[in-house]
Amino acid sequence: MQKIDVMNGNKAAAVGVALVKPDVVAAYPITPQTPVVEYLTQFAADGILNSRMSEVESELTAMSVVTGASLAGSRTFTATSSQGLSLMYEPYFRASTLRLPIVMAIINREMISPQSVWGGQQDSISVRDAGWLQIYVEDNQEVLDMIIQAYRIAEDKRVLLPINICFDGFYLSHMTERVLVPEQEKVDEFLPKYYPEHIILDPKRPMAVDPLTNGDLLMEYRYKHLQAQQNALEVIDEADKLYGEVLGRRYGGVIEEYRMEEAELALITMGSMTGAAKEAVDLKRAEGVKVGIVRLRALRPFPKERLCKALADVKAFGVVDRNVSFGWNTGVTYQEVKSALYEGQVVVPSVPLIGGLGGEDLTIPMMLGAIDSIKDTAEAGKNKECIWLTREG
Amino acid sequence: MKFKSNYIVPIGADGIHILNTGDWRTQRPVLNEEKCTRCGICFMYCPVNSIEKHDKKFIISYDYCKGCGICSHECPSKAIDMIPEEGK
Repeated sequence: MQKIDVMNGNKAAAVGVALVKPDVVAAYPITPQTPVVEYLTQFAADGILNSRMSEVESELTAMSVVTGASLAGSRTFTATSSQGLSLMYEPYFRASTLRLPIVMAIINREMISPQSVWGGQQDSISVRDAGWLQIYVEDNQEVLDMIIQAYRIAEDKRVLLPINICFDGFYLSHMTERVLVPEQEKVDEFLPKYYPEHIILDPKRPMAVDPLTNGDLLMEYRYKHLQAQQNALEVIDEADKLYGEVLGRRYGGVIEEYRMEEAELALITMGSMTGAAKEAVDLKRAEGVKVGIVRLRALRPFPKERLCKALADVKAFGVVDRNVSFGWNTGVTYQEVKSALYEGQVVVPSVPLIGGLGGEDLTIPMMLGAIDSIKDTAEAGKNKECIWLTREG
Repeated sequence: MKFKSNYIVPIGADGIHILNTGDWRTQRPVLNEEKCTRCGICFMYCPVNSIEKHDKKFIISYDYCKGCGICSHECPSKAIDMIPEEGK
């Protein structure tokens, strides 16, 4: 039977890692990710986790160590936040272009300046085009479940890409919730062993890894990388279905729809803010407002088709971004949602919303206000300027 | 897109030459067998391992030699001349 436990998001990530049993773990502590490293180190000291723990001196080294370990055929794990991710940037890009199925948790934290240690998705969102898969989760149960699913998705032969499981700093990382811990046998049944065939440092199969390559061939590798990203859309949905069959929980794959039946208004969310959004939608539904939520679970690959289908019949939508896109005067996902809908020829009025930066709360009243502004947008029949969700309203 | 590589990642295997950097050479090192004392200094100094040792003789391989001239500079017997590549 599954064990019922209470734990914060960082522990949920570490417990997920312990169930996967990677060969190598290398991570450097940074707020709010630090407890992930502490839990994993403790698990290793207690003999619960037999991974080779590499105590590195920086994030640059952490990513370099897991890159080397993955090249040698290991299953690997690392985690970071914000400035730590910035320091990883050079090997971060290489990990994806070498098609190494590394799993890295990103515990979302605002980018400085100003100096801040609190939540915000600016860190991982800013590296969305570095070739990794990125999944954003809503609660601690999903943190644990997605760490396990991440390996299956990343190591799938149709994908072979590194993956980020992103969860909001403090809101999830340091908040305690009820979490069901799966049984080891079920996890083993869900997750096959990893045998790298495409790239390996092995004297029995000699190959030159990452030689100087001309642009003609580089373009071919990029083309294949983009194809793998598209393949991941299907693989993420499949993993969700299989996880449901074997372990009993499903999240919806690349998107989650909440009360979208006959919805006229749609609120688009990503990450832990969805909790407050769901409460607000329940309140509005009770008043007879036909509103639902589409939660983006995958940002990379972007779930274009399923999003178009989900929003095909709405009169207006709004997107709440816990990040900004400098130069657009909106958040990042608003632009991406609009772009996807344009391609799918779903043209409806919309409103961009920004909130929750630097650890600010995204509250139920704010979400109620967001729904009101989506309603206004539908009535006005045209796009609104960006609305900032602030304490003063 | 028409694929040229069987691989999804940048690897060189099965004798595939990804890029012959020898194409970049503007001058080539030519070894004078009569002056060469087989000391092996050129072999040790070549930064791209383009000098091979065969039966106590040293042979320059031109696939990856970029013509940097280090071998010529280091040779104590002045046995390696740098000859301009035609058309470069």
